[in-house]
Amino acid sequence: MEKELNPGKRGDVELVADDLDEALLLEMFRKAYTIRRFEQRCVELYREGFIRGYFHPYLGEEGVAVGSIAAIGRDDYIVSTHRGHGHCICKGGDLKLMMAEIMGRETGYCNGRGGSMHIANLDDHNLGANGIVGGGIPIATGAALGIKIKKGGEVVLGFFSDGAANNGVFGESLNLAAIFDLPVVFVLENNHYAVSTPVEYSSRVTDLARRADGYGMPGVTVDGNDAVAVYLETKKAVSRARRGKGPTLIEAKTYRHGGHHVNDPGLYMDQAAMARWKSRDPVDLLRKRLNDDAKIREIEEEVESELAEAVEFAKKSPAPSVEEFLASIEDY
Amino acid sequence: MAEMMYREALNMALREEMQRDPLVFVIGEGIGQRGGSYKVTDRLYEEFGAHRVIDMPISEASFTGAAVGAAIVGARPVVEILFIDFSMLAMDQIVNQAAKYNFMSGGKGHVPMVLRTQGGAGNGLAAQHSQSLEAFFYHIPGLKVVMPSVPYDAKGLLKSSIREDSPVVFIEHKLLYMTKGEVPEEEYLLPLGKADVKRSGNDITVVTYSYMTLKCLEAAEVLEKEGIGVEVVDLRTLTPLDKETILESVRKTGRALVVHEACKRGGVGGDIAAMIMEEAYDDLDGPVQRVAGKNTPIPYNIDLEKVCVPTVEEIAEAIIRMV
Ligand SMILES: Cc1ncc(C[n+]2csc(CCOP(=O)(O)OP(=O)(O)O)c2C)c(N)n1
Repeated sequence: MEKELNPGKRGDVELVADDLDEALLLEMFRKAYTIRRFEQRCVELYREGFIRGYFHPYLGEEGVAVGSIAAIGRDDYIVSTHRGHGHCICKGGDLKLMMAEIMGRETGYCNGRGGSMHIANLDDHNLGANGIVGGGIPIATGAALGIKIKKGGEVVLGFFSDGAANNGVFGESLNLAAIFDLPVVFVLENNHYAVSTPVEYSSRVTDLARRADGYGMPGVTVDGNDAVAVYLETKKAVSRARRGKGPTLIEAKTYRHGGHHVNDPGLYMDQAAMARWKSRDPVDLLRKRLNDDAKIREIEEEVESELAEAVEFAKKSPAPSVEEFLASIEDY
Repeated sequence: MAEMMYREALNMALREEMQRDPLVFVIGEGIGQRGGSYKVTDRLYEEFGAHRVIDMPISEASFTGAAVGAAIVGARPVVEILFIDFSMLAMDQIVNQAAKYNFMSGGKGHVPMVLRTQGGAGNGLAAQHSQSLEAFFYHIPGLKVVMPSVPYDAKGLLKSSIREDSPVVFIEHKLLYMTKGEVPEEEYLLPLGKADVKRSGNDITVVTYSYMTLKCLEAAEVLEKEGIGVEVVDLRTLTPLDKETILESVRKTGRALVVHEACKRGGVGGDIAAMIMEEAYDDLDGPVQRVAGKNTPIPYNIDLEKVCVPTVEEIAEAIIRMV
């Protein structure tokens, strides 16, 4: 059983959502809704045989990507995970190119070579998803080191989940980031499961943000279903990183809306907890905050048509040419 | 004899060995109540409990190292690393620790552990879930490398691997788990280091292992209709390597083709080809050849994936060119 979040205690930020710019809230809603619909559509396309391989939906976790990435700029970097479509969308990913990649088409972000688990969008400084759990944590740290060496002003958001936090690279990377005051924010998406293994089984300390203390950086736990809360907390960490004060570990608690991947019914999940988390759905929370039905409908319609266009584009896109591929790898 | 799937044969081997020896235990991610992603540890948790069927956090380096330590003090761990790609995280423990321990302790210490893992391409899993990395382990003195192709061999070899006193890397192939074959319900063991002639023929020897064995057998069947007799030698274990069976076959046929799914460059095939030329040159009617995977990471797109690994046609064409 997961512990209930204490909504009053989210780091030391006073949560004043009302202060937030209306345009920003609308943008957050647009992103959250886009992720929701994109993922739902992908699940359908997977069942129809258009998508293969592994597909790990981000459904239910939208608040984390939406809130955290809203707190950085276009030049800032992100490093993503195997559950990375939401991050990609928030970092400016083009739905057409994403969909084409996930369908393995030549027009996709990685020319059909990467697929769902490996989408990278370097133009928007999304350094890519990863099929290796935890594999992105040192890369995020290293990107921050590179920025420091280049004397750049950017920051890096490194995404990973609770399971990845048990991998050795987590501790080693946090230590490096801390001792060199690197401009990186570690965003730990605690969705309570690593495939079927609950976080209560894999860690004695279930508030994983507490681990930050051992490395000498701030660690905060935030409600990951509340994009605004994630935004405010990330904003603070990003400002700290930009001022050369070093990394922060943000643990955003959230919950998957289903199994680990499309073919996993997730029967091992705690149904009562799932119902509680679903009653605080990240997309609905933003919708309620906005309280502007006309605007919301307009955004939803725009997203729907953008998505339909993306699916159409991907379906019509050519498959990669086998001959060209073979010629390109001759001396790999 | 019962017809069963490769994964069921492995499951049976684990169950029999765990029943026989209370020191045998299994560790890995999601292998407990969930029975493992490929169901190899299915229902072991119910029979043997959380004490011997242990779910691990995602921490390949440390749980592999933990198995090394447990093995050194006399337990017999069977570690599951879900994809061979992830075994790279545990490389220090496998290569620098497990493989060296017996040697460095002057033969006094032993690491009786089995590292079960799975590799190969298929189903569009992309570059980080499709690799054939056996050459890494094959290269390391102190490790045994086992790669069975059929359920019967899988059961007999896993049981022997568990009883082995040195570390064994036991590599399965993701496309083999659902393949079926005859497997005796009673106990039997197959020795490590003994290849199996899966089909005999007089015109050419094809040396192969793991999933490629099935493709080579298919090619051999096609070629038989054209009057070409293909002998398929399934190595089953790469180390120890059964040189005798390979050389005996080559002496009979005078030609050798080595087939594997892993990239050709730096692959096991080069080593076997060199060995044949060193030891049976006078018996050869032509140079030893290789059919192997392309030197590339495996692409996601399914049509591109297909052309990266040897096909039945490619194998057959190579054979026709050679005889
Ligand atoms: C190093 C490594 N070990 C195991 C896996 C298999 N695997 C893929 S996703 C996953 C669970 C990851 O859990 P978590 O980090 O919590 O991320 P989530 O799926 O919950 O987003 C596992 C074990 C992997 N891809 N990489």
